[in-house]
Amino acid sequence: MAQIGYSKKVMEHFMDPKNVGTIESPDGYGKVGNPVCGDLMEMYLEVKDDVITDIKFQTFGCGSAIATSSMVTELAKGKHVDEAMKITRNDVASELDGLPPKKMHCSNLAADALHEAIKDYKEKKEAKEKVNKRAKKTQ
Amino acid sequence: MERIYLDCASSKPIDPRVLKLARRYLKHDYGNPSSLHSLGLEAKRALEDARIKVAGLINAENEDTIIFTSSSTEANNLAIRGTALRNIGKGKEVAASAIEHISVLNSMKELQKNGFTFTLIPVDSMGVIDLGKLNEILTKTTTVTSIMYANNEIGTVEPIREISTIVHSKALYLHVDATAAAGYIPIDVQADGIDLLTLSSNDLYGPQGAGALYIKPGIRLQPLLLGGGQERGFRSGTENLFAIAGMGEAARIAKSEIEREAKRLREMSDTLIEEISAIEGSHITGHPTQRLPHHVSFRFDHIEGESILLNMDLYNIQVSTGSACSSKTLEPSHVLLAIGLTHEQAHGSMVLTLGRSNKMEEVSAIVKAVKETVERLRRLSPLSKKEVM
Repeated sequence: MAQIGYSKKVMEHFMDPKNVGTIESPDGYGKVGNPVCGDLMEMYLEVKDDVITDIKFQTFGCGSAIATSSMVTELAKGKHVDEAMKITRNDVASELDGLPPKKMHCSNLAADALHEAIKDYKEKKEAKEKVNKRAKKTQ
Repeated sequence: MERIYLDCASSKPIDPRVLKLARRYLKHDYGNPSSLHSLGLEAKRALEDARIKVAGLINAENEDTIIFTSSSTEANNLAIRGTALRNIGKGKEVAASAIEHISVLNSMKELQKNGFTFTLIPVDSMGVIDLGKLNEILTKTTTVTSIMYANNEIGTVEPIREISTIVHSKALYLHVDATAAAGYIPIDVQADGIDLLTLSSNDLYGPQGAGALYIKPGIRLQPLLLGGGQERGFRSGTENLFAIAGMGEAARIAKSEIEREAKRLREMSDTLIEEISAIEGSHITGHPTQRLPHHVSFRFDHIEGESILLNMDLYNIQVSTGSACSSKTLEPSHVLLAIGLTHEQAHGSMVLTLGRSNKMEEVSAIVKAVKETVERLRRLSPLSKKEVM
């Protein structure tokens, strides 16, 4: 039988989403979607020694957009960034006991937002390392 | 929490008085109205009794103008495709407003595929038909013009009599989908100048599975369903007597209570509109005064409609939305786009349609739930902190 409506887990995360909010001067920041399509997610990371120590999100969107955002933050928290990078859209959906088929694409952007935030972290880190190297050379 | 059901435009409970009358056609009086034995004749009497009651609701010339169908979707299909195809010798142009029900728009598009010219008539930002454009668009060869009595998503009531005058001065037939309006606004097909009119059983608190089409005497149309020639040949197939008898009784009750019920619902919806308007970043959709008495529709900045629906359901309050995320096509409501909303604005819509079960005492619980829902979803939304919309 086709799935009817949202799973209990989706509703739990919709009712009580984890890690809602923003982080001031985050180590990584990712944004995907756009309000025209009805989904917009922003992900904020705090990273120490390549491990995600804190993660926050804000989401404009439907029930599954909010639930997947919450779930992905739960999955990523405490993970090494390279491990977190491996979290897929399907992982998020299956951790939520599935999503209605039509929601699998449009409202399952949370993993993408996480990946964007990690990429941003890595770019920032690389840039910092370059600066440090240069600083060392000139010493 | 007690249920507060505010989605009457989607589905209504059967009125207990309707059920009491109609249930016998499921259980004891199961005859076929086409049979000549006593059980058949009893069924035929029930069918004709329902026809008289439905004709009475809209002040039709006589009961023979009423054709029962399976739904208002079927009635819309029959009115538009049936009339356009039968009158193809008089012209191959059809027109409909941009805020019509999808069954009207898709019937028009089907004709378009078959060589007809289909023109969409625009509406203003409150959902009122642009009468000037209507006048411009229609020609002598426009056979069917379809404009709804009132819109189910934004509540706007159209100036049907003015529309009728324009249609009849320039073109041929006016079809009016009165699914959302019937039972809330007095309809008089003769005084209003309507040629074809669609009604739904469930929207009158009758059973699902019945609809009706009023066909003004003298208008010819081609049936969509062929078979045994029931319903004067316009709609073959054994009649769904339970639903039709129920629709008749529902029409009778609606007519007798329309004035009192409309006044009661108007008071409740006026209060809701006033209170919800006070929420920051809320905007009424549709016409502020020229609207259905039971209809409350809004959009909210920075939040999305499906989330609103789910969150309201947590309070055991059932509402509706025109957001893309809740639709089968993942497109926002064509009605909200037609009144000029952007996609992001259309995503934040909420529709409350009140009914017989709702009471003024429920207003404070509804308003509280709406306020808390909007606040909570805005706390989650990245758009709240910036001025994006």
